[in-house]
Amino acid sequence: MVETLQQLLPGFLIPYFNALMQLGHNFFGALWPDILTVVWTVIKVMLIIAPLLLVVAYVTFWERKVIGWMQVRIGPNRVGPWGLIQPIADGLKLMLKEVVIPAGADKSVFLLAPVFAFAPALVAWAVIPFNDVLVVANVNASLLYVMGVTSIGVYGIMLAGWASNSKYAFLGGMRSAAQLISYEVAMGLALVVVLMVSNSLNLGDIVKSQGQGRFAEMGLSFLSWNWLSLLPMFGVYVVSCVAETNRAPFDMAEGESEIVGYHVEYSGMAFAVFQLAEYSAMLMCSTLISLLFLGGWLSPVRFLPDSIFWLFAKIAAFVFFFFWIRATFPRYRYDQIMRLGWKVFIPLCLVWLVIVGCWMMSPWNIWK
Amino acid sequence: MGSMKNVFNSLLLRELFKGMSVTGRYMFARKITVQYPEEKTPQSFRFRGLHALRRYPNGEERCIACKLCEAVCPALAIVIESAERDDGSRRTTRYDIDLSKCIFCGFCEEACPVDAIVETRVFEYHGEKRGDLYFTKPMLLANGDRYENEIAEDRQLDAKYR
Repeated sequence: MVETLQQLLPGFLIPYFNALMQLGHNFFGALWPDILTVVWTVIKVMLIIAPLLLVVAYVTFWERKVIGWMQVRIGPNRVGPWGLIQPIADGLKLMLKEVVIPAGADKSVFLLAPVFAFAPALVAWAVIPFNDVLVVANVNASLLYVMGVTSIGVYGIMLAGWASNSKYAFLGGMRSAAQLISYEVAMGLALVVVLMVSNSLNLGDIVKSQGQGRFAEMGLSFLSWNWLSLLPMFGVYVVSCVAETNRAPFDMAEGESEIVGYHVEYSGMAFAVFQLAEYSAMLMCSTLISLLFLGGWLSPVRFLPDSIFWLFAKIAAFVFFFFWIRATFPRYRYDQIMRLGWKVFIPLCLVWLVIVGCWMMSPWNIWK
Repeated sequence: MGSMKNVFNSLLLRELFKGMSVTGRYMFARKITVQYPEEKTPQSFRFRGLHALRRYPNGEERCIACKLCEAVCPALAIVIESAERDDGSRRTTRYDIDLSKCIFCGFCEEACPVDAIVETRVFEYHGEKRGDLYFTKPMLLANGDRYENEIAEDRQLDAKYR
């Protein structure tokens, strides 16, 4: 770990860093490596969460701008230059608003539910590799971990619906939970195909495995990424991601014009936390798509270096895609959502799973 | 064959991509937003805004208390009381319009035989208390005095259509 830090630091800081290491060693003795690990982990967590929350705030702003442009409007432009202070004004407004707790609501569960919705979206970032070395926890089953942790978000939704003590919220919570669970099945099956071809559950290894293949040798590595060879799974995964994050056209949870969702009774900061959860889940999903299907930090062509900026560019492109479909498509009817999940995606995934399995056992296997 | 085509079209999300190309194009279209306090849309001379009671050039108020406006008002926003004035003419002692009831249909203006009650083009006004939008006769007359030039000009423009 000390070596990793030495690599990351700019040259002129290294003597100071070494002196600090020596000092810590003299002072704490044998405990020093453990302390260093804890401190370094906390720093890494902070380095992820603080920018993430800032990005989430500005993603809401960017979304309003993009949807505005697509509707031939100009979007928010009053607060600050080009409206850039808008998300901060929104945040302040929500913080100053009252959190109304309905009579008869289970107060503690009511307030805990947004946390349950928000926390998984943050916790999942622990295993996301930003490049070869930048990852908080480089665990072997990180894909499994992400799947497990993001599924906990369903509890937040169900608890919110139940604790509100309102029929609408309760039905909305049930609806959203059913939707999330249904699409998780299709999503999981798509991931099974990915991990079959990558032969690993480690997100970093999945990315690295995409950097090889015939096209990569020709210098066109973006054709070697999983999106092309697993195109149907890529489509299923992207659509399932939209459904998983409760976003248009699958935003039954919000459904402000016809039905209302699990957060009808929420106001103020408690509601804002649900929004934060939605947007950070959207960022999480975009990141996962980039890592699993679009080669993460790998450069699309050989003559450009691999870099964390490629990952950010891919995430940004997908976040934009999420806005784009929100501005384009009308909301699905609930039975259509269920039909798409169970009768189209799951059979498609199962068929493709078998096809890829046969492909891998055949002499034309391209994932060796 | 047709059904196969259908399956492929829906699997490849053909129509969805078509829709997205439309929104994608509009993203770069010229924006039609009018940035209100700085920019304003053109107004018709028939614009129906804040009410005013007019006077004749000699200073005599036009209203003859016929109560046609009160009768025609669909929102029941106008209240008129009348009495005989010293010179023997019928005049209003009270002419109130509750602008929080008014629906700005313009019927009062149309009903008026002497062009006394009119709606001006003024639409940027507000009240800070509930009673602030209850306009009494002196307030309406004051509006008329203030905007008489604009009102007369608009009536002139409208005259050939009446």
